[in-house]
Amino acid sequence: MEMYRSHVLVCAGAGCISSDCKSVQQALLANINDLRLDNEVKVVETGCMGPCDLGPVVMVFPDGVFYRKLKPEDTREIVNEHLLKGKVVTRLLHSPVGSSEKVVSFNELEFFKRQTRIALRNTGVINPESVEEYIARDGYRALGKALSQMTPEEVVITIKESGLRGRGGAGFPTGLKWQFTAAAPGSPKYVVCNADEGDPGAFMDRSILEGDPHSVLEAMAICGYAIGANKGYIYVRAEYPLAVERLELAISKGREYGLLGENIFGTGFSFDVEIRVGAGAFVCGEETALLASIEGQRGEPRPKPPFPAQEGLWGKPTVINNVETLANIAQIVLNGAPWYASMGTEKSKGTKVFALAGKVNNTGLVEVPMGTTLREIIFDIGGGINGGKKFKAVQTGGPSGGCIPEAYLDTPVDYDSLNELGTIMGSGGMIIVDEDTCMVDLAKFFLDFVQDESCGKCAPCRIGTKRMLEILERITSGQGQEGDIELLEELSYGIKNSALCGLGQTAPNPVLSTLRYFRHEYEAHIRDHKCPAAACPELLTYYIDPRACKGCGVCSKACPSDAVIGEKKKPHTIDLNKCIKCGTCKQKCKFDAVITV
Amino acid sequence: MAEALTCDNRLTQEYLDIVDEIIKPYRGQPGNLIQVLHKAQSRVGFLPREVQVKVADGLGVPLTKVYGVVSFYSLFNTLPKGKHKITICAGTACYVRGAKQLINQLKEDMDLEPGGTTEDGMFSLDLVRCIGACGLGPVVTVDDEVHGKVHREKLTKIMAKYKEE
Ligand SMILES: Cc1cc2nc3c(=O)[nH]c(=O)nc-3n(C[C@H](O)[C@H](O)[C@H](O)COP(=O)(O)O)c2cc1C
Ligand code: FES
Repeated sequence: MEMYRSHVLVCAGAGCISSDCKSVQQALLANINDLRLDNEVKVVETGCMGPCDLGPVVMVFPDGVFYRKLKPEDTREIVNEHLLKGKVVTRLLHSPVGSSEKVVSFNELEFFKRQTRIALRNTGVINPESVEEYIARDGYRALGKALSQMTPEEVVITIKESGLRGRGGAGFPTGLKWQFTAAAPGSPKYVVCNADEGDPGAFMDRSILEGDPHSVLEAMAICGYAIGANKGYIYVRAEYPLAVERLELAISKGREYGLLGENIFGTGFSFDVEIRVGAGAFVCGEETALLASIEGQRGEPRPKPPFPAQEGLWGKPTVINNVETLANIAQIVLNGAPWYASMGTEKSKGTKVFALAGKVNNTGLVEVPMGTTLREIIFDIGGGINGGKKFKAVQTGGPSGGCIPEAYLDTPVDYDSLNELGTIMGSGGMIIVDEDTCMVDLAKFFLDFVQDESCGKCAPCRIGTKRMLEILERITSGQGQEGDIELLEELSYGIKNSALCGLGQTAPNPVLSTLRYFRHEYEAHIRDHKCPAAACPELLTYYIDPRACKGCGVCSKACPSDAVIGEKKKPHTIDLNKCIKCGTCKQKCKFDAVITV
Repeated sequence: MAEALTCDNRLTQEYLDIVDEIIKPYRGQPGNLIQVLHKAQSRVGFLPREVQVKVADGLGVPLTKVYGVVSFYSLFNTLPKGKHKITICAGTACYVRGAKQLINQLKEDMDLEPGGTTEDGMFSLDLVRCIGACGLGPVVTVDDEVHGKVHREKLTKIMAKYKEE
């Protein structure tokens, strides 16, 4: 390998791509070439580094200097000053929320300092298109160790003793799943990686696939060895084209280097992986639906048992594991079960990746030991709520989960503590909402989602969620009736108990959980026809603040129902009988004179 | 709305040949149905009946099953899309940061609703459930370009750029 005195890492994760890191990278390369530094400085495109909100971000090694929110024109200064003269460009450094101090190195930032990165160990650090870089960071050593020094049983025992539980949502012990599949009669057996990442708001699987694809391939091969399978499938959602591309490249490199394919490391063990791309159906994340989809069918789930460990792909014993689950495997094999089990809580070992999104300052990906409190994750690492607003709740577990209000922020997060609070770990998506979010509307959002994504096979899910959605629509439009809350609860329990698959069984959770903590918001909508968060348009009353109104007349011209009256240059008023609450006046007013209550 | 296919705008022979070419390596392999449909859609742009018939024959799957799969998955479409494909993410993170307002805006400004296409055939709009750029919601993509932290003015600007072309 060539030697460079400096490496410039440019994050090309999904977040940074949408803030146009490509132009930054091009400008950077052009400037480096201009100064003929291209023999000394290497630009590496990495996967997601985590702090998405600060994108486009760049790190300069060996010092680890962290530049954020770059524009293409900023790169000239970085090249001239930093790369050529060795002077850090202070202007482009980050100062954490609430501080004016500039932080030079990434590992001095709270955001990184408090993390323990196992699943994300390489993501944002290596060039995901280079198998050499993966190998240089202990890549494929775990596979070598498993194949040459361990029996399949020993691998299974190691994973079992590590305490690793499935990161795809259900939290089932991974070692146990492998053991069942290894013991199941039937052959061939299969290893399937669930990369459908259906929870909207979670993006760790995408980041791992794009930032460190070999970690998943290596783990699948280890699993194959442990359970006696020679073939694996990765089911990736079609919304992640870059992940598919990186995986394809990684698989072909793996084959080229003899890390996949026939007779790996000359041990006689063969394992190969194929990619299957989804086509936009949330239910396909459910394991039995996913298997149907791999077989080329409609992605409809089927009742369990039999579990995939007994009858999976094409009726054969199959292990299905989530991307993040797999990303932990190689490290566990290398460092041993006690190492992994030393982290986390009693029943949830190791670390968990969380995707922070919504109204939080530092949106992005973080990996922390299980048992870290919500407050640490959202406030210390996440930097709190943006715009100086007040925290209201954090939603976890996506459409199958629920929300947690402020009173429980000091809860150490693990599978069981979240269950006790009426929500689930899910895939680790955390959507933070502030005082401007209406909890009834949020519940309605999820119901709308599952209603839309319900495959229609079973009636409780197909019809029940529709009825629930109708009630929620009624409530948020001010037509709620006494008894609606009780009806929602009754339907919820009915659906939970009778739906065919996990989608329907968990669909009522967002409603039950918001009812548990924010019942008063439902009541305010129904009884007082008020939305406490002032978010439901049909429940708002529009006023014009006479002190702020300049009488410019823009709103009265824009009003579709002629509800705004008043003389030119004098404060206007709104005729509430005519107002249709469309909000046009508020949007058009340049003086913020239109207020809603 | 784009019109349903009539006899007049049948697929040209060129496209039918492309579909044949795509099917060739998968002949008689029903398990690859979804992959083949993906490939066909990416070249033809949509999956009209003629394409489905060809795929059914080629892979040895009943046409009803092909249609069953096409209608099940939301990314398959049987009608042509606009010249520029707009997608607004309606995932949770984008929703709580104002995706709904953007959807309303396109409706007001361009009479464009989710699932629809503008009358001139220039733009079509679809909603997606998360593209994994949640940290920068709300996210809007036009063709392959991803835009983060989109708000009213930014969306107006983005649309203006494409309208000029
Ligand atoms: C409706 C529904 C959607 C799901 N979506 C996903 C998903 O997107 N990704 C995932 O890994 N698991 C998902 N699961 C969980 C899978 O069924 C399965 O439990 C998981 O892939 C097993 O892997 P693990 O043990 O490594 O977590 C979903 C489950 C349900 C019921
Ligand atoms: S919720 Fe919009 S990108 Fe994830």
